[in-house]
Parts: sequence; C-alpha cells; structure tokens
Amino acid sequence: MNVVAQIETHFPNAILAVSEPYGMPTLVIRKEAITEMMHYLYSQPELQFQFLTTLCGMHYPTFYDLPDDLQEVAQKNPDIFPPSSGVYGVVYHLHNLYSNQRLRIKAFSPISDVSFPSLTSLFSAANWMERETYDFFGLEFQGHPNLTRILNMDEMTYFPLRKEYALEDATRQDKNDTFFGRTQGNE
Amino acid sequence: MSETNKNYVTVNLGPAHPATHGIFQNIITMDGETIVDAVSTIGYIHRAFEKLSERRPFYQITPLTDRMNYCSSPINNIGWHMTVEKLLQVEVPKKVDYMRVIIMELARISDHLICNSILGVDTGAFSGFLYMFEQREAIYEIYEEICGARLTTNIGRIGGFERDFSPLVFERIRKFIKSFSKTLEEFESLFNRNRIFMDRTIGVGAISAEQALNYGFTGPNLRATGVDYDVRVSEPYSRYQDFNFIIPVGSQGDTYDRFMVRNVEMWQSLEIIKQALEGFPEGSYHADVPGIYLPPKDDVYNNMEALIYHFKIVMGEIPAPKGEVYFAVEGGNGELGFYLTSDGGRTPYRLHFRRPCFIAYQAYAEMIKGKMLSDAIITLSSLNIIAGELDA
Repeated sequence: MNVVAQIETHFPNAILAVSEPYGMPTLVIRKEAITEMMHYLYSQPELQFQFLTTLCGMHYPTFYDLPDDLQEVAQKNPDIFPPSSGVYGVVYHLHNLYSNQRLRIKAFSPISDVSFPSLTSLFSAANWMERETYDFFGLEFQGHPNLTRILNMDEMTYFPLRKEYALEDATRQDKNDTFFGRTQGNE
Repeated sequence: MSETNKNYVTVNLGPAHPATHGIFQNIITMDGETIVDAVSTIGYIHRAFEKLSERRPFYQITPLTDRMNYCSSPINNIGWHMTVEKLLQVEVPKKVDYMRVIIMELARISDHLICNSILGVDTGAFSGFLYMFEQREAIYEIYEEICGARLTTNIGRIGGFERDFSPLVFERIRKFIKSFSKTLEEFESLFNRNRIFMDRTIGVGAISAEQALNYGFTGPNLRATGVDYDVRVSEPYSRYQDFNFIIPVGSQGDTYDRFMVRNVEMWQSLEIIKQALEGFPEGSYHADVPGIYLPPKDDVYNNMEALIYHFKIVMGEIPAPKGEVYFAVEGGNGELGFYLTSDGGRTPYRLHFRRPCFIAYQAYAEMIKGKMLSDAIITLSSLNIIAGELDA
C-alpha cells in the first residue's frame, strides 16, 4: 500500500495537502497532529520512518509569499493561514532506511502563535535541530528539554532568519531592488 | 552536581585547545579522571550561510559551501551544483559525471586521511600524519590544476566545469594513485594491528547502531556501528551506479571501527577513481544549457546571444522555476543535504543545509560520559567534527 494513502486513511482530518515536488512525497499537516503522526510513522511496521534527516524552519510573511500550492491550502484553512498575517512553518524530512523512502512533512502556524510540538522524545537528533530552528526563527518547541540559542550568542534579541530582517542595511539608497534583488513576478 | 561529598573539577576544554583541533568548547565536569558531565558550546565560527544565501544568486552560493566542510570542499561544491541542476532539471553529460566522481572521491580521500592521520597524532603516533599529509598536498595539486584553487576550491559550475581536465590532471591523478597506495599501505601497517593503537582505541567512544540512528548519524560514523547506509548507493547520483565498490561497515561503533571504516573507504575511493579513469568518456565538459552555463569568453565579445546570456547569468537571471528540492550527497562525514526552496527569483527563498557534523556532534556529550579525558579527545578526533560544517 502506498505510504501517503495509508497515512491519509489513518489521519483523515490532519492532512491539508499532498504533493510530490521533484519526486519526494510531501504532506502539509495540522501542527496539532505532528506528535501523533510522527509516532505513527515511526512505529508502524510497514512505515518505519525512523530516521530524522533534517528539520528546518520556514517563514512566509504574507499570503503572497506562499507558493501556489500553499495559497490554495491557505484559502481553505484561514484558521492556520490567516489572510491578514503570515505563517511560520517547520519542514521535516524523514527517511525509511529499510525501504529507502523519503517523506517530507510540513506544518504551519500563524505568526501570532510560535509554538510547535517537540520531537525530542522520539528522535535525539531533533534536540539541536529544534534549538537551531528556535535560534533562527523563534519557534518554541513545547516539551524541548533545553530550548536555548545554539549558534548565535545568547544576548541576541531577534531571530535572524525571519524575513523581516533584511540582509543588507535597509537605509542604503544606492541599491535599487527593482534591478538588483528579489522582485515580484521576476522569472 | 548536587552531591556535596564529591570534589568535582570543571575543566574548560576549548574553544582554542590544541587537542581539539578546531573551535570546540566543552565544559567538562570531572570526578578525578572520569568525566561526569559535558556541555558542548558551539557557534564560534557561525557565519549565517543560510541567511547569506537568501541574497545571493545560485552560483554565488558555491563559495559559501566551500567553507562548510573545508577538508572536502569539492564535495560540497558539487553537491550544491547538483541541487541547482535538479531544480532547473539540467542533464549533464556522462563525462561531467565522471569528472565529478573523480574529484569527489579525491576529496573523500583527503577528508578521511586528515581524520585518520590526526587520530594517530592524538594517540601519540606522529609519523603517520607526516606521510599522509604529503599525499594531501598531491590531492591539492590536482585540484589546483583543475580549478586553480586548493583549499576552498569553488570547483566547477552549475551545469559542468569551466574547463576540461588537462593532460597534466590525468598525469597527476595517475601518479597520486600509485604513490598513495604505497603510503596508505605503509600507514595501515603502522596502525591497524599496532598493539598500543588498538588498546587505545578499541571500545573507546562507542555508540550502538540504534543510538547512532536516533542521533541522526550518517557516513563513516554510522557505518562503523554496522549500518550500511551510504547515499552513493541508496540514491546514486552522478552515475555512481556505474562503479563497483563496497561499503565497509564496522560492528562496535567505537573509535577503532571508525578508523578502519575510513581506511577501507580510502581504498574504495581509489578503486572508484581507477574505474572512472578506465571508462573515462569522451564528450563535453559541460551541459548544453546556454541560459544557465556561462558562454566562452571569446563568444561574449563577438556574439550577441552569448553577451546577453553572460550578463543574465552574472546578474543571477537564470530561469529558476518555483519549487522545492532536497538533494543529498555522501560528504566526507555523511549525508550532506541541501533543501532549496525557490520562489522563481534570482536567489533561493530559503536554503537549509543538512550538515552531518552538526547533527552528529550532539551525541558527543553522551558518548564521553563515564570515560577519561584522554578518551574524549580521541572520540572527538575520530568523529571528524569539522568546525566549519558544525557552525555553518
């Protein structure tokens, strides 16, 4: 049985979207379901996603920053993707080393709510990955044993990978973004 | 520590301790000679590569990847090029794949030889280090002939290479294969069955397969525990499926097993290079993708299309689709992954590096608990934690 289909039957309400960009099955799920789904993926004998490859944060400051497939999801789920503000997300990459299958899981939360469940009880590897995500995005992983900054200095007061922190000095006048930076619809 | 009847000593190992060869700080609580507790502090050479990448065109990110695992920078460079090629759906010719395999295997050898020879130094055997470093010099001379750089190589381009291998490259590789086999044989005869070295490393810094997987270990560190996971085999890239090689595994997951796995891998890398040279295909050294691969300089001055492409590529205007890719290569220390999210702009919307060192190093505190300080040093050395990759 197909992995995604099996997860869909078991979690009919938690999955918001399914896609397969560049060959990797990708699920967008409700963040409330993360813990239960990860345990299920870990323990089911025919799934065995027991290797956490990586985990990272995402930030979409407005609706228009969302990729097209997520815009569709957002329109159907205004509770997770409120139209007036953006979202934070966490992207998990899991690997079943027995059948050599990868799976990507994404969960999002409105900007006003930065809490995500911690996976440290399931994967020891999640410890530093979640600390890194906290360090750069300010996402608070509930149940993490030691959620402190890891790469940046402890005195830092902001979360640098959030999109509102421009990489270059915002007061500079000599660089016009229309020609030298990210522009809407510039493909 | 709450027990008041014990006299614990806190040792601040690092960040600039010579025995840690890198910027690593561990605050170690010791009961006599035994480590009771350890806290690792990292981030001393953090350079915010993920943030920097969000403002750079794809080709300008390659020099950032150099500075992650700087003992095997070509693997990082080529891994990044292949990630972008996957996003842009560029097919490279067979010859490019073979050139990449040769370079990546040379890089793997240079990575492993540093780790193993320095493990020798940490256990008190200096001569192996000197023999091996001569060979690293030979590898760097090959890089130099290919791309002009030695340590932070910035090798190749998205879509292939900037120039073909010159006859001197082949000459140097053949010479290296010959001399390195001898050196490695000599090196192994100094260490593999050396009583002192074995007593010093067997059973030290051991980790079980279950624990290693739970901690996200990959690469030689994982294979030393007996798990045969290698990205080159599980998801072959760059035509690794054309080559015959074995994946060495250990059984105990200790320092000695990690050492032996790396030694065998160096022999296997040599085999792969030999096979690649034997079956080295004819053809172009880059993909035929004018909008992505820089045109030759002559054409830029004499041909309008080439001039336009040149400017567009240099300004980062390559036709990047919207989408997200995860691509992994087998780096010197394990699965080096790139998670690239593109919004169609000239820079990544978000780029995340899966750095094997960062993920494996969190197990270090647990691995050294209950051991001696001198064991902690060689455990760190045999895990081959590279500060650049740890902190990104």
